Amino acid sequence: MDKKPIIVFRDFSFQYFSQSQPTLHDINLEIYQGEKIMIAGPSGSGKSTLGHCLNGLIPFSYKGEIKGSLKINDIESSEQNIFKLSKSIGTVLQDADGQFIGLSVGEDIAFSMENDCVALPEMKKRVDEVAKMVDMDRWLSSSPYELSGGQKQRTELAGVMIDDVDILLFDEPLANLDPATGKQAIEIIHDIHEESDKTIIIIEHRLEDVLHRRVDRIIVLDEGRIIADIDSHSLVSSDILIKTGIREPLYITALKYAGIDINKRLKPGYISTLTINEKTKKKVQTWYKSIKKQEHAKSNTLILEMKGISFSYVKDKEVLHDIGFEITEGEMLSLIGRNGAGKSTIAKLLCGFEKEGKGKIYYLSDDIADKSIKERAERIGFVMQNPNQMLSQPMIYDEVALGLKLRQVSEEEIKIRVKKVLDICGLAPFTNWPVSALSYGQKKRVTIASILVLDPKVLILDEPTAGQDYRHYTEIMEFLLKINKTGVTVILITHDMHLMLEYTPRSIVLTDGNLISDTLASVVLTSPDIIDAANLKETSLYQLAQMTGIEDETSFVQCFIDYERQVKAK
Amino acid sequence: MRIGLFTAQKADSFVHRLSGITKLICFLVLTGAVMFSYDIRVIICVMVFSFIVLKISKITFSQIKLMLIYVVIFLAVNAMLTFFFAPGYGTEIYGTRHVFLKLFGNYDVTSETLFFIVTKFMKYASVIPLGMIFLLTTDPSELASSLNAIGVHYKAAFAFALTLRYFPDIQRDYKDISQAQQARGLEMSNKAKFWDRFKRALSIILPLILSTLDRIETITNAMDLRGFGKFKKRTWYRRRKLTKEDIFALLISLVILTATIIISVFINHSRFYNPFI
Repeated sequence: MDKKPIIVFRDFSFQYFSQSQPTLHDINLEIYQGEKIMIAGPSGSGKSTLGHCLNGLIPFSYKGEIKGSLKINDIESSEQNIFKLSKSIGTVLQDADGQFIGLSVGEDIAFSMENDCVALPEMKKRVDEVAKMVDMDRWLSSSPYELSGGQKQRTELAGVMIDDVDILLFDEPLANLDPATGKQAIEIIHDIHEESDKTIIIIEHRLEDVLHRRVDRIIVLDEGRIIADIDSHSLVSSDILIKTGIREPLYITALKYAGIDINKRLKPGYISTLTINEKTKKKVQTWYKSIKKQEHAKSNTLILEMKGISFSYVKDKEVLHDIGFEITEGEMLSLIGRNGAGKSTIAKLLCGFEKEGKGKIYYLSDDIADKSIKERAERIGFVMQNPNQMLSQPMIYDEVALGLKLRQVSEEEIKIRVKKVLDICGLAPFTNWPVSALSYGQKKRVTIASILVLDPKVLILDEPTAGQDYRHYTEIMEFLLKINKTGVTVILITHDMHLMLEYTPRSIVLTDGNLISDTLASVVLTSPDIIDAANLKETSLYQLAQMTGIEDETSFVQCFIDYERQVKAK
Repeated sequence: MRIGLFTAQKADSFVHRLSGITKLICFLVLTGAVMFSYDIRVIICVMVFSFIVLKISKITFSQIKLMLIYVVIFLAVNAMLTFFFAPGYGTEIYGTRHVFLKLFGNYDVTSETLFFIVTKFMKYASVIPLGMIFLLTTDPSELASSLNAIGVHYKAAFAFALTLRYFPDIQRDYKDISQAQQARGLEMSNKAKFWDRFKRALSIILPLILSTLDRIETITNAMDLRGFGKFKKRTWYRRRKLTKEDIFALLISLVILTATIIISVFINHSRFYNPFI
């Protein structure tokens, strides 16, 4: 490569003062001007720390010991400060909601110029220019509450590009976006890369989603070390993904199931470059035909039923219109739709947090209109997305016991029931631990345990796997599956297509307060209309089915799901 | 969802169009005028004026109902305390003593004290609508830029604005957390004992603090990364140029202040208006 490196790590390591071990070890890495790089790795691999080192949050906000050298634009980064660095590296953080500083789009984009004391006329002109680049120029006076997740992210991007930085750093840009918006985000990043010679660095663990567009190199981190610096074709052909616990693209998994040897000659790095010859086609078709369809044994007992439910927070502004569905005992299903489609409102109505305007809710064929929040919680449990919003006791035992204590259950019975739940949740060894010592996934389990202890027959979870890498996702979901197998009906509010595909045979889809579909997940994910209405995207399995000449894409996706369940069950 | 107590409303009116700086200065000037003068005639004029402005700024009664109730209670308590601690204060000021109503001991209700208390009540009652107008028609960012314009350090001004900006979010978090805790079995009725209520509050506030700290960390990082605090000064995207309307509003406030001072100096020869001589 004849271009000069813009970022150079030499024997770089970093240790937070609060940690006993270094988070990054012996990092040697060169990134060239104009490159597009993905930094992948599971949670705790050090990829976010690496990002913090680049943008200066380390050592500006997070203190620790740095060894070795990191040069950005030939200047040693430790000799710069965060303000100087922010002129060459612009960072788009993962939580677009939380980092929206201004009260309107224009103001937020201008934030950096305000801090540079730029005069008002020049500032306005530049804001207009940059807003146009990300297609937000019609929204300049909108407040963050009026914007979608994607629009917020584009505002952040504009706020960073206003400085005309050389390097754009995206820290988990897909974490809080629905699949369709995530896809657009990757396309926007791609377009910016094409149109300018900016260096792009994307920190993500969702490989398949990032590989929707070309990247030059993928740097894989694991346990604080770089274990691969590789192009995408070689990466998916290797065993690195399996070893580090990064999810491989679904079409790759399907091809492997069909007994196809994945190698670089197939150009398997992106589905758009994947070459499929006749032999491969045959193999996939044979595999497809060989799969035994799984019969779903269904119970006949209706556990929940919503009939003609309408609801509005503000007068004359209905957020749910005439919703009706039935759920049978022991089901595991997903409730999907864009932000604001009414998913959470349904959960709130079921739990009694809000009161339905019209319609009836039945639990085991009893009308539950007159049941209080507290009474409903013994039947229908609700787990919030953010465990920090639920944990109120310092010790795990007390946290789990709280619901029983507040119901004046006797001390002995509490002990027995808490122990039982902690056993199920795999938290028994931590019974006497403080909550603060737990990891995010463990905290999540504690919140689930604290709801399960009341012995509800239905469990509703809001985005249980948001922001989790593949390993933690699998851990949480397999755990929920186990709970489901004990007879608890599980309803999941989610954006995650993998989750729908792998764990919930049935999906209820909402748009603008209307129930538009209530069917198999495999049908939802292969119906263009529903995909569009719910801001989902096509799964790559759908494309694979088309590429291999399988006519019934839905059936192919369903077979994949069944096959995978059988593999996992073994 | 309920709108926050101090959330600025988007609307178009003469008052909304004024720059934040204008509104802040007008508010301070008018408050100064009312605080300076104890002439009930002047005060009533300002009060009428402030209610007219309240009307112009399209603020509805329901928006300020809650605030008004608190203010009236506060003022009533204030008036009573003034009487009980200094029943003869009116005589001290106005130099005469007309007993209006005989109570026990030296607690006679004199016309002078009553007049003083009514004047004081009116003073507050005329300033408070102005404050409400200012808060309800100025959004947090403009507020910050105006505070900065009159000499408050921009970091302090920004911190204040951010607090207002996040108020609705934290309110929403509070609602979610409290609902989740009710589902756990927390009794929200007021029948509970004090100690139980204290524990109840704690089990909502602890998660609220934790999730708010998360928010703060994110926003701090975002602000650092975009150069907040780099220089001693900063400019403001939302600062508006002063228009004719602004000058007009400023002039009116100055006229009112000057008139108040002239009346005190040349007509009353004191800050008090004395109808008893």
